[in-house]
Amino acid sequence: MPMYWNEDQDMLADSARPFIAGNAPVSHMRALRDAGDSHGFSPDVWRQFAEMGFTGILAGEADDGLGLGHVEAGIVLEEIGRNLTPSPFLSTAVGAVTALNMAGDHIRQRWMPGIVAGESVAALAFEETTRHRPHRVAATATKSGNGFRLDGAKQFVAHGHVADVLLVTARSSGDESDRDGITLFAVPRDTDGVTADADRLADASMAARVMFDGVEVDGDAVVGEVGRGADVLDRVLGAVRTGAAAELVGVANGAADMTTAYLRERKQFGQIIGSFQALQHRAAHLYCEMEVARAAVLKAQQALDEGDPEAERHVHVAKAMAGNSAALAVQEAVQMHGGIGMTDEYDVGFYMKRQRVLAEMFGDADYHADRLARLSGY
Amino acid sequence: MAEAALDDFRRETRRWLEMNCPPEMRTPPKSADDVAWGGRRFEPSSQAQADWLRIMGERGWTVPDWPTEYGGGGLAPAEAKVLKQEMAALGCRTPLYSFGISMLGPALLKYGTEAQKKEHLPKIARGEIRWCQGYSEPNAGSDLASLATRAEDKGDHFLVNGQKVWTSYADKADMIFCLVRTDTSSKQGGISFLLFDMESPGVSTKPILLISGNSPFCETFFDDVKVPKENVVGEINKGWNVAKYLLGHEREMISGMGLRASEQSLPERALAHLGAEADGRLDDPMLRARIAAFEVRAAAFQAMSERFIDMLKAGKADPAQPSMMKYYGTELNKDRHELMMAAGGADALEWDSGRSHGGVAARSWLRTKANSIEGGTSEIQLNIIAKRILNLPGA
Repeated sequence: MPMYWNEDQDMLADSARPFIAGNAPVSHMRALRDAGDSHGFSPDVWRQFAEMGFTGILAGEADDGLGLGHVEAGIVLEEIGRNLTPSPFLSTAVGAVTALNMAGDHIRQRWMPGIVAGESVAALAFEETTRHRPHRVAATATKSGNGFRLDGAKQFVAHGHVADVLLVTARSSGDESDRDGITLFAVPRDTDGVTADADRLADASMAARVMFDGVEVDGDAVVGEVGRGADVLDRVLGAVRTGAAAELVGVANGAADMTTAYLRERKQFGQIIGSFQALQHRAAHLYCEMEVARAAVLKAQQALDEGDPEAERHVHVAKAMAGNSAALAVQEAVQMHGGIGMTDEYDVGFYMKRQRVLAEMFGDADYHADRLARLSGY
Repeated sequence: MAEAALDDFRRETRRWLEMNCPPEMRTPPKSADDVAWGGRRFEPSSQAQADWLRIMGERGWTVPDWPTEYGGGGLAPAEAKVLKQEMAALGCRTPLYSFGISMLGPALLKYGTEAQKKEHLPKIARGEIRWCQGYSEPNAGSDLASLATRAEDKGDHFLVNGQKVWTSYADKADMIFCLVRTDTSSKQGGISFLLFDMESPGVSTKPILLISGNSPFCETFFDDVKVPKENVVGEINKGWNVAKYLLGHEREMISGMGLRASEQSLPERALAHLGAEADGRLDDPMLRARIAAFEVRAAAFQAMSERFIDMLKAGKADPAQPSMMKYYGTELNKDRHELMMAAGGADALEWDSGRSHGGVAARSWLRTKANSIEGGTSEIQLNIIAKRILNLPGA
């Protein structure tokens, strides 16, 4: 597979770009925030995503999906990032669909149609600590009748308070940090004993702290095998880390495009400030970092789609590189805009906030550099 | 090309390489001197090295994607990529290092006359002629177009007078491709691109001792050197276009230095010199973190290089993209060698001991400092990116 988009992927980008910019631009996100929206996204826009086929990109044709891959999902995510569109796309159409593709027929058929139709939303309840430690699972799954009783607390669950289904890791055996003994469950949010309290984050998105207090689920709720949930979890993490990286590429490019446009028009000392070499070199350096990140993300997407045995490495590289380059992009963007970049009225600050949330989500650059080092044996 | 045909090509290529690549040529070079540069005065370091160059040259696989009529392999881009992958998989050495391949060849293919291509390209492909590059002058560095080496029109020939500097391996080269001034009334519009023999009367070279203790670069002097008129590439006074085109290829080549795997990776060197803790982590947490952060960027740049080559071959690359590759690749390579020195600790400081293989770590580290200067400085690359890609206004 050459390292650029093929014709079909170019066409998808050509339709996703104006669609998302037209229906959910930054002003849409600002309007939701200003209205004090606590849902976290617009269900109408989510249904429009379904009409465009986006929700089913990773779903198989048997589930009325498009049977496409992570490159295509990333094309949509890049536009979500560029427009700062509040959307459950990453948790639902990437994370949950990846899990459901590995699940038994019963559970897949229960949730997939609603997701593909844009009627249902899923949330990923993996985190128990303030830093990303997905295999550190203290929540318990205790055998109970034909099923399990779940107890524990999760945090940083995007869309957790409005999701129809929560994908939850819980420990059915082993110690807190063992990879074995983790089981993954698909739990309807309206199950007795589930409470989700949402908080607004810095970027105006909503994330919940979810409590599981004696939650009874039947055996059908298990995704994958009992005690082998880490196998599914790792696949889901590979997908959403790569997805978050693609969204970060969009965030970085959105901020950088605003900034170069500003450099071309703002005058000081009687000159366009973009003619100053001090700023030109910083903008050019940023461009390089972003292009390298884009390549790293495409590499990870293609590796996942091809089933490359090195895919895990490429995913760590992509998330770390995208996180760092986007951090540089938003910091340079605010600085080069000067005072106006500090105002709430101007959009560039939104990019900085979104970058910070996405960089933390599913592991920051340090986490992934550390994992890459472990994989390389040092 | 159809997948099946490409799979067949991959199988045949693997079999051919297994049969024809000498076992000694499937290990990394033992030192910087252990690579083949070809030329009239080439002294192979082993019979295997000489054989490997000859076998690959005959097949045109020193330049796999050049046309066969000019000594190339005539491979399609996808096939050339497969060949590269299969050589890497088997650990085959690059059979020939050559400025003819990486710089002059592409420029001749685009701007040369049929006679020039027929004369020079096959000899480059077979490693028979070693070329050097006459670009920089004492007063024309970053401002290359201010060059002053004069080529006077004497009817049937030019008379060349002047001085070049930083001429890589001028003392070992057979021929030079050289920028000369044929018109003093226009800066960029008075430059021509000339080819001539380094054995011509009036050419002399003087190696420059560098901070690495080595002398890869020379000062090159021209004193009434006669050059036939037919040795101009492109039109007279339009050499700047050829020069810029060639610079793009030079920048690509230099950016690749950041990727060139040395015998030991950075983590391997650190583990070997510093050791590991019980859980396998490098016994120096701060250095480990710095190495890990570096390895992320290096892997990402590897992906960028693959993408750049694919896009270049498909005609999708921005013309200024080599500047970006050159800038990023060379800065990365400098960072790598800073970390290599840290990873080597005091051992890496030895300058000429046998244990240090003649101070190869320290000398390589110092050599990389030229990467972001040669072929256009990092600052020049950033200027180009700012203007050509970001469309920022001139100062």
